Amino acid sequence: MSVPKNKITVEGLTGDAAIAYALKQADLDVLAAYPITPQTIIVEDYQHFAANGEVKAHVIPVESEHSAMSACVGASAVGGRVATASASAGLALMWEILYCAASMRMPIVFTVANRALSAPINIHNDHSDGMGMRDSGFIQLYCQSSQEAYDTTIMAFKIAENHDVLLPVMVGIDGFILSHNVERVEMLPDDVVSKFLGVRKPFIALDPDKPITMGPLALTDYYFEFKEQQDKAIMGAPKVYKEVEKEFADLTGRKYGLFETHKTNDADIIIIAMSTMGGTAKVVADAMREKGDKVGVIRLKMFRPFPAKEIAKVLGKAKAVAVFEKAMSFGAATHPLALEVRTALYDAEERPMVVDFVVGLGGRDVTPMTFVEGIEKTKKYIAKGKAPMYETLGVRK
Amino acid sequence: MSNKPAVSIKDMLKQDLILSSGHRMCAGCGAPTVIKLMGMALRGPTIVCNSTGCLEVATTIYPYTAWKIPWIHVAFENSAAVASGALEAINAMREKGHYKHEHVDVIAIGGDGGSFDIGFGAISGALERGHDFVYMCYDNGAYQNTGIQRSGATFTGQETTTSWAGKVIPGKLERKKPLAEIVAAHKIPYVATVEPSNFRDFIMKFRKALDAEGPGFIHAFSPCPRGWRSATEETISISRLAVETGLHPLYEVINGEEWIMSGPSKRVAEAGLKPVEEYFKTQGQFKHLFRPEWEGFRKKIQEQVNHDWEVLKKRCGVE
Repeated sequence: MSVPKNKITVEGLTGDAAIAYALKQADLDVLAAYPITPQTIIVEDYQHFAANGEVKAHVIPVESEHSAMSACVGASAVGGRVATASASAGLALMWEILYCAASMRMPIVFTVANRALSAPINIHNDHSDGMGMRDSGFIQLYCQSSQEAYDTTIMAFKIAENHDVLLPVMVGIDGFILSHNVERVEMLPDDVVSKFLGVRKPFIALDPDKPITMGPLALTDYYFEFKEQQDKAIMGAPKVYKEVEKEFADLTGRKYGLFETHKTNDADIIIIAMSTMGGTAKVVADAMREKGDKVGVIRLKMFRPFPAKEIAKVLGKAKAVAVFEKAMSFGAATHPLALEVRTALYDAEERPMVVDFVVGLGGRDVTPMTFVEGIEKTKKYIAKGKAPMYETLGVRK
Repeated sequence: MSNKPAVSIKDMLKQDLILSSGHRMCAGCGAPTVIKLMGMALRGPTIVCNSTGCLEVATTIYPYTAWKIPWIHVAFENSAAVASGALEAINAMREKGHYKHEHVDVIAIGGDGGSFDIGFGAISGALERGHDFVYMCYDNGAYQNTGIQRSGATFTGQETTTSWAGKVIPGKLERKKPLAEIVAAHKIPYVATVEPSNFRDFIMKFRKALDAEGPGFIHAFSPCPRGWRSATEETISISRLAVETGLHPLYEVINGEEWIMSGPSKRVAEAGLKPVEEYFKTQGQFKHLFRPEWEGFRKKIQEQVNHDWEVLKKRCGVE
């Protein structure tokens, strides 16, 4: 089943370019997008494909991100395969329609080069935009490498369009750190991707032969039932994700899971981090193990739905979990990722200490030493038997 | 573009209704009539993208719908964007051989709030991109759905719940945004103003908007008895009066350049405008203008209407 090596194209691609190539091979009907750094290359590359007749999609160069997501909903509603891309302020401008897209069960693929939110205006990476939309009903998949961005973008359509899911999927890459970083990417032949994805078969669509009404008014008597169904759909997404990933792994040999684990089995301290921080964390874990510290890593890919049970199972054996996250939920008890981790552990029989480090806001480098600092602190907290709810690292105080 | 559509008005009047009875619009509301007339102009399979507003909430109360053709609502300010997505997806799927219909018309509908104000950017963008769709604004002069708040479409002197007629302020002080003119400035193939009393004019223009290659825009005047405090049985006569007083003149603009005054307004040009007072008297929302202290203000409104009317006549080459 696996695609032979001589059929694979290998190129050095940025995260953005890898996504653009995946979108090209996904044979979209509509791409509607607006420029915003650091996502723009995705749209530029795709427009280049369009200008050369390499894609058959209609590209809609909308006047705002609000209209980008709106056009995607319209295109998806008539049965099209649809994608958009954005980041930061653009994603924030889409916010209202993100909820509509999810609740109207539109399988839109939304690639995001994660970037800080204003103010102050800042073009660099953190996860404020993705975390801001975490309750919108989108499935959220965060990628560590250009290869993973390519693979995940292709898989995202198959997950989103599955009739047991029918939800939009966000594919996140770290702005600049991955979006503009060239890495080796293996690309499948076009026909293999075509066969893998097929043509979208909508569950229902706006069809003049079978007129239906989409997006009606539902008040106290029915709104809640819509939400109940939406909840079931997203909670069922991991099952479909695993099936799709298995099928993809059969072709490529690559799979990522809901999250990756690295030396977690005997770890005293398990780092949880997302996206490109995962790579740094693994290197740090290896280095610290050489000095005798049993450190492991969970690199979380699927933030929504949050794989709480699976995470709790892996974390249960550790003494502490050190969360490294690139977003703040201002005024919350702790921050988005740690909130999820703590909740996941509450009912667990073995509950490790949870330490939450907010790092890297506005693109500040999260270096190996940032992780070392966090691990050293965590060791002290274990010895004391007590840790603060959260703290920031790498910031002038 | 030919001046006459291929199908006769007689055939159009025989079209099936696209909105069923039993919808929950208010008694006397102009919007269902506007939709009925729009339905008569359709030329084949059609999809409607409707902005949030009275028409949207009252016709699609789940689990019911009054719409007999495919219909989608997403949000308030985005029906033009939703329509551009729907249309282009259909075009792409057809080009790939994945779509069964030869042609589907896509129509976006918004109220005046959704068109003059919050949805204006999305409309302007869709017009600039040149999608072959029709946008219709049904203009009832205020945010009637949320409880009669002023919009960019509210007339000078009109009282709303955010432009009260008080002791020192006589309702809305500002002018009505000239939406059709602004849309025409996008140089799109077809722009027309319509209203339900001149139903033939309405249907023929709507059909022309559909037939135009590229964006068509229809500005439909639509009385709101609840918000305007007018008699429910006077909706059509009030709408006619809006034309006769020059408050909602009927015209077409082709490619943003050729301005054509429509028959009903031409007849007004021959007979002369009726005074705006005649229009104001039909509605509670203008009642305060007849207080002695606002006589000067009322006269100024008349002067402005006269001025705008002369400019329009000149543009249309009507003496």
